[in-house]
Amino acid sequence: MSTVRVLIGTRKGAFVLTSDGKREGWDVSGPHFGGWEIYHLKASPADPNRLYASQSSSWFGQVIQRSNDGGKTWDAVGNKFAYEGAVGTHLWYDGTQRPWEFARVWHLEPSLTDPDTVYAGIQDAALFRSSDGGQTWQELAGLRTHKSAPLWQPGAGGMCLHTILLDPSHPGRIFIAISAAGVFRSDDAGKTWRPMNRGLRSEQIPDPTAEVGHCVHRIAMHRTRPDVLFMQKHWDVMRSDDAGESWREVSGNLPTDFGFPIDVHAHEPETIYVVPIKSDSEHYLPEGKLRVYRSRTGGHEWEALTKGLPQRDCYVNVLRDAMAVDALDPCGVYFGTTGGQVYVSADAGDSWAPIVRDLPSVVSVEVQTLP
Amino acid sequence: MIRVVLPAHLRTLAHLDGEVKLDVEGKATQRSVLDTLEACYPMLRGTIRDQVTHERRAFVRFFACQEDLSHESPDAPLPDAVVSGAEPFLVVGALAGG
Repeated sequence: MSTVRVLIGTRKGAFVLTSDGKREGWDVSGPHFGGWEIYHLKASPADPNRLYASQSSSWFGQVIQRSNDGGKTWDAVGNKFAYEGAVGTHLWYDGTQRPWEFARVWHLEPSLTDPDTVYAGIQDAALFRSSDGGQTWQELAGLRTHKSAPLWQPGAGGMCLHTILLDPSHPGRIFIAISAAGVFRSDDAGKTWRPMNRGLRSEQIPDPTAEVGHCVHRIAMHRTRPDVLFMQKHWDVMRSDDAGESWREVSGNLPTDFGFPIDVHAHEPETIYVVPIKSDSEHYLPEGKLRVYRSRTGGHEWEALTKGLPQRDCYVNVLRDAMAVDALDPCGVYFGTTGGQVYVSADAGDSWAPIVRDLPSVVSVEVQTLP
Repeated sequence: MIRVVLPAHLRTLAHLDGEVKLDVEGKATQRSVLDTLEACYPMLRGTIRDQVTHERRAFVRFFACQEDLSHESPDAPLPDAVVSGAEPFLVVGALAGG
């Protein structure tokens, strides 16, 4: 029977949750790197025992950890993220220009084919790549030096590159998202980039339809149909059917279209999941109810999924990297909350159960489906 | 022999149980001690000083002999008691946060 391994990043360490294909009984290991912020950990699709983790601390900075045995043991690898060439400036909260400054790694995205190649999305926003298993990192500087970069600005969490999508059908095509700049696409393995924000509308910036400056919270794709992208923006749930060239809103009947994560069912490319949050100034669930919303029509029409989730007095948030799906049938859906709960649905969202209730605040959730 | 005491998180990161004893070549300064420390324990690079500028990280302090040496020049000689090993060089995570 298959095994499911859920990799949890929290404000105070990493946890690994393991179950069989039934996804009912769980083994919990951790905390790994106790006391450190673990923004993200993720496994290589090419070698399920190769894991990468971003470990950081306001005191001691950034550490990258690598495991070659599925998370049993870890080694610190390279953590030098030096911007290449002249460090330019970007827009600061007060309207002035401010030099780029490294803060942390938000997201690690291992290559689809090579366990030693991994991408890192960092704050202040830039994309780095390692091709030696994380020992050394090189910036793909064409992104940070894009002519629009002086107009990028930090969201409330900092100016972070938080999403990296590698297109399995078009070698060299990479999508990234930055808060608050928007989506960019490279078709040449990261050398050059184009903004992909046509159709987005953000009332929080002077020109609501500007080429850059949008606070994109997350984008997601189904691996069999990579030209279709889904987006949870600051406000608005969006969809692109042309690899990001244009976007249209699919918020439909959601109770609020503010939120952070968005993900796609493993076997149904038109089935997507979001967790609506009350507003940009109230980062908690509306009406005290924890509801995942599912659309089976690629947006517009949404249903609330509530079975097994608290429906009163619940005021947690679900952060952008804190939702994932497994590859089993029926598809498992997982998410973690800022209150430290991790929930699983083993039936594509119809019903939910907590795996753990009392972890530190959850920052990221990834899932491996192992044979 | 210079003794260096690291904060708990860095001892864990470097797989250390207690204080570190270092043979530092040449004049003992903050810079030479940290250079030696990082050469022996590469996983500590970037956690005490910035990897590029070698500036002390903002929430890290250096104490020795009941003195805060954090704002001393990195090339200033360390106190004799640290050089002789009578007193340790303390790397401290600043009291911050909650």
